[in-house]
Parts: sequence; structure tokens; C-alpha cells
Amino acid sequence: MLKMEHVSKIYKGGKKAVDDMNIEIERGEFVAFIGTSGSGKTTALRMINRMIEPTKGTITVDGQDLSKKNPVSLRRSIGYVIQQIGLMPHMTIRENITLVPRLLKWSKEKKDQTAEKLIELVNLPQNYLDLYPVQLSGGQQQRIGVLRALAANQDLILMDEPFGALDPITRDTLQDLIKDLQQRLGKTVIFVTHDMDEAIKLADRICIMHNGKVIQFDTPDNILSHPANDFVREFIGSHRLIQEKPSAKIVDDVMITPVTISLEKSIDDAIRTMVKKRVDTLFVVDGQNHLKGLIDVEGLTAARHKTNSVSDAMEKEIFYVKNGTKLQDSVRRILKRNLKNIPVVDDEHRLLGLVTRANIVDIVYDTIWGDEDESQSNQQQEQ
Amino acid sequence: MSDMNTFQQFLYYFSENGTYVFQQFLAHFLISVYGVLLAAIVGIPLGILIAKYSKLAGFIITIANIIQTIPALALLAILMLSMGLGKQTVIVAVFLYSLLPIIKNTYTGIKNINKNLIDSGKGMGMTRTQVLYMIELPLSLSVITAGIRIALVVAIGVTAIGAFIGAGGLGDIIIRGTNATNGTAIILAGAIPTALMAVFTDVILGIIERRLDPVKRHKKITTPTIQSLKD
Repeated sequence: MLKMEHVSKIYKGGKKAVDDMNIEIERGEFVAFIGTSGSGKTTALRMINRMIEPTKGTITVDGQDLSKKNPVSLRRSIGYVIQQIGLMPHMTIRENITLVPRLLKWSKEKKDQTAEKLIELVNLPQNYLDLYPVQLSGGQQQRIGVLRALAANQDLILMDEPFGALDPITRDTLQDLIKDLQQRLGKTVIFVTHDMDEAIKLADRICIMHNGKVIQFDTPDNILSHPANDFVREFIGSHRLIQEKPSAKIVDDVMITPVTISLEKSIDDAIRTMVKKRVDTLFVVDGQNHLKGLIDVEGLTAARHKTNSVSDAMEKEIFYVKNGTKLQDSVRRILKRNLKNIPVVDDEHRLLGLVTRANIVDIVYDTIWGDEDESQSNQQQEQ
Repeated sequence: MSDMNTFQQFLYYFSENGTYVFQQFLAHFLISVYGVLLAAIVGIPLGILIAKYSKLAGFIITIANIIQTIPALALLAILMLSMGLGKQTVIVAVFLYSLLPIIKNTYTGIKNINKNLIDSGKGMGMTRTQVLYMIELPLSLSVITAGIRIALVVAIGVTAIGAFIGAGGLGDIIIRGTNATNGTAIILAGAIPTALMAVFTDVILGIIERRLDPVKRHKKITTPTIQSLKD
């Protein structure tokens, strides 16, 4: 979809910000540009929407040379999210979201519809549309910043360290959100970051840059298993390279069958099931096994006097991972959020299994003592 | 009249010449407003221009600064030589004095806008004119108003001196009082309305200025809305 051929940006005085960059990005791909500061990653990104004009080379989108297009209409067709969020303080959230549609002179009804449809995507209530940016938290503001880049159905979205200024937990939530949106809406996203964890988590392909040059452009797995040179190896960090080897496992390998209860059951049923199965948490599912929420002992004690139905007492906001997720990612999530366990769901949100802290202990045990048993037995054989 | 104290004399003057004082009050106010309005028409575009072309900024602001250093009486006298006596000369003097605060505030107002907002506006596909009308002007409006506020308060003072070259206004009453024997009450009858005019103009424009500030305007609404959402 997007092709950069021999693209260079040379500033006055001969400093090469970007040096002979050649990459090709497919439609629907999530690509991360990563590098230290001064590596030219932001310059490379900003040349795509012509906020910076390349000195040499051509950039084409769907075969069309960008330098021959009108920069203003080009920018309206490309979503743009920046680290500093850049919401207009004098406009309501609704006006902020529909800023590009306003520039494109859409009708008022169409703009309102778009705003109402979009705000649902990021789990914010409709009445937020009439608030002003100062009334929202930083994380909520950046959700709106992302929506603003989607409002005019842009296929290509550029993000310049969008989550750099957010706290780790908010950042984690927003990363999930943006990855989910990108996959659901089929957008092509180019993402600038200096955080390797973020790049590995989100990107389909990572473009590592250094001093304006592309060092390696490949999938995260290939980069981790075959780093192009010492710079890449150092940049990834040795701990990630080690981590990558034993835990190529995915959650599907280790998950156990969770104890579930259906939506319409009563609280008494829930307590009875817990006692019978000796567990403290039940996952609430509907008739098609879709995950709806969870109910645990603490929640039960609190809700017992107020209601007698599981659907009212359950916790609806829960964290989950998709099947096929790497085990190390879900471990990181369990630890970061301080969760007891994390359910595994498929693409249609059906409950497949459960990864608990006990599972993880088993794996750690296997990797540490399992190997040692083997080596001991090897030694014995040699003797 | 000599058996009354100053305050009684003051009230007596008002009861006898109320309409006259009111007429002069209005004339005084209008001279100031016309001068500031003209300065706004010239100064705001000039401020925008020098915010865009920083090379001009030093030159233009220096000229406005120099005008500001000329004493009011001297400026009026110089203008009188070329323009003669009357209202229009004072309006021109007010215009010249108002240029500096208006140009300077417009310039700082636009310069101080967060660069990221301009960047994201441009990145979303705004033309330069759209950046000006949709981001820069709305966000600097409160600072520009602050400049107009300063200009108008200064203008009211300059207009009072304008009475010396026959422009009328409340300064006329003050001069009348200085020429009369025991004229304290008459001086007060001119000075107090002048002071009140300046104070009220300042307060009212101050309120408008706060209303136009995009950040302060919404801070007040913040607390109840967020609470109601949590409920």
C-alpha cells in the first residue's frame, strides 16, 4: 500500500535525518518505527503526510506519488495522532472528534452520527461528547485523539509516540484498544515508539532505525530470533532474547478449564458451585459460552443482600487475553495488573480457558528444575 | 454657595448640571472607544502579521514602544500643530497610544499557543487560514481582549487631557474647576466620573476576558459534571 523508495531528508548543513530509506508496507499492517532519539523515525513518519518534505526519493500510496498531491487534502485522508494529544481546548469532544469531517464539509447529521458511533468504540459514555478536553483524564483524552484520526474513514493512520506521556496501566489499556480497533476496522497503522515492549506487543513488523538508516525491517519474532547486527541485539536487550527461547509457548498450551456459571443462575447456585468445585472465582457466560463477566467470593458477599441474580452481581469489566497470545505477554499482564488469573477467549469472545498464577509457577518450575533434572541425568550417564 | 462644605457643593453641582455632566461623560467615553476601536482594526491584523513573520516583530514593536514613551500632553500638542483643535486630534492620540498594548497582546497571544495544537491542526489537513480562524484566533481572543482592556483604560486618561485642545469630555469640567476660585467640587464632579468610567470599563472587560479564556471557562463546570458521571 505504502512504498518509500530511496527517501532521504537532508537538513541545511548536511545533517541526514533520514538516509536512503526503502520500505514497503502492506494494507492492514501494523508497523512500528523504532529507534533512539535522533534516529529519524519521527522524520520518516512526518514525511508520509508531508508535514516534512523529503529531500530525495519518492513516497507512493497505492501507486500514487504523494509529492504530486495537494498536501492539505492528503493530510485529510491520513489519520494523525501525536504524543501531546493536541485536542483543541476550545472545542467540545464532539467537535474535536469531527474536526476532519468538518474540514471536509460533511453535514451536521453525518458528523453527529460519526461522533456517537466512534465514542462507543473506546468505551466512553455518550454524554462525554459535550464535555471539553480539560474535563477528561489524560488517557481519555488520548482515546479521543485516536478517534479523531479515525473520524473521516482514513485507511492509513500515523501515530507519533501516542502513548508516551501516559502511565503504564493506562498505556497498556490503550495499546489493547488500538490493536483491537486496527484489526477490527482493517486500518494500516504506522506507529513511532522507542519502547521495544510496545513495538513487540503491537506491531506486525518492526522497522529498527539508527542514524537515519533502516537497520532491520522484519516481524518481531524474526527480529528476536535473528537480530541483524550488534546494534539490534543491544537495542532489543539481552533479557528479551533469553526470554524468547523457552517461552515460545502460547496460552493455549497451558490454560486450564475454568469453572463457569450461566448468566441467569442465582447467587445461591453460584455459592453452591464454588463450594462443590473448591474455587473462589466463577466466570459468567451466556448460552453460547460468550464471556460476560466474573463473580468472586468478595463480590458475592457484597452483593448477596442487594440482589439474587448472577448477572447483577458480576464484575463486568475484566481483563482477558485472546487465544494464541504468547505466554510471556499474559504473564506480564497478570503481574502488572496484579490479577489472580486471566481468562482466554477466542475472536468471538467465547471463553476457552484460564491461565492462573499456579499455572505460571508450574512453568517456572519446569523451566528451572526441569532442565536441571535432564542435565543431572546426563552427568550421571557420563559417569 | 460658600457656606456649603465641599461635599454639599459637589452634590449641588450635580443637581444643577446633571445633564451637562452626563453629556460630557458620553462624549468622553465615545472619544476613547473610537480611538481604541481604530487601534484594534489596525493593531490586531498587524499583531497577527508580526506573529507570522517574526522578522518584522522587533521593528513594529519598537515603533509602538517609542510612541508610548511620548508624554500625552506633548503628543497632543504635536498632533494639534498638524490637525488643529478638536475631537479628531484626541481620537488620533488615543489611537496611537492604544496600538502598543493591542499589537503586543495579539502577538504574544498567538505566539504563546501550544505548538502541538498548530501541529495537529496542520496534520489533520487545515489550511493556513483555517489554522488562524479555527485555532489561533479563538485561543488568543482572551489575551487580545486583555490588550484592549489596558488600551481603553489608558485611553480614558488621555481623553481627559484632550480637553486642553478643545475636545470636550469630562476633562472640560476639571479644567473649569481649576480656573474657578474654590473650584474643588467642580474638579471632583469631573474627576470622579472619569475614575468610575475607568474602573467599570476595566471590570467589565475583565469579565469578558475570563469568559473568552477556553481553559478557565470550563474549569468551573468541571467538578459537578465529573461527580455526576461517577454517581
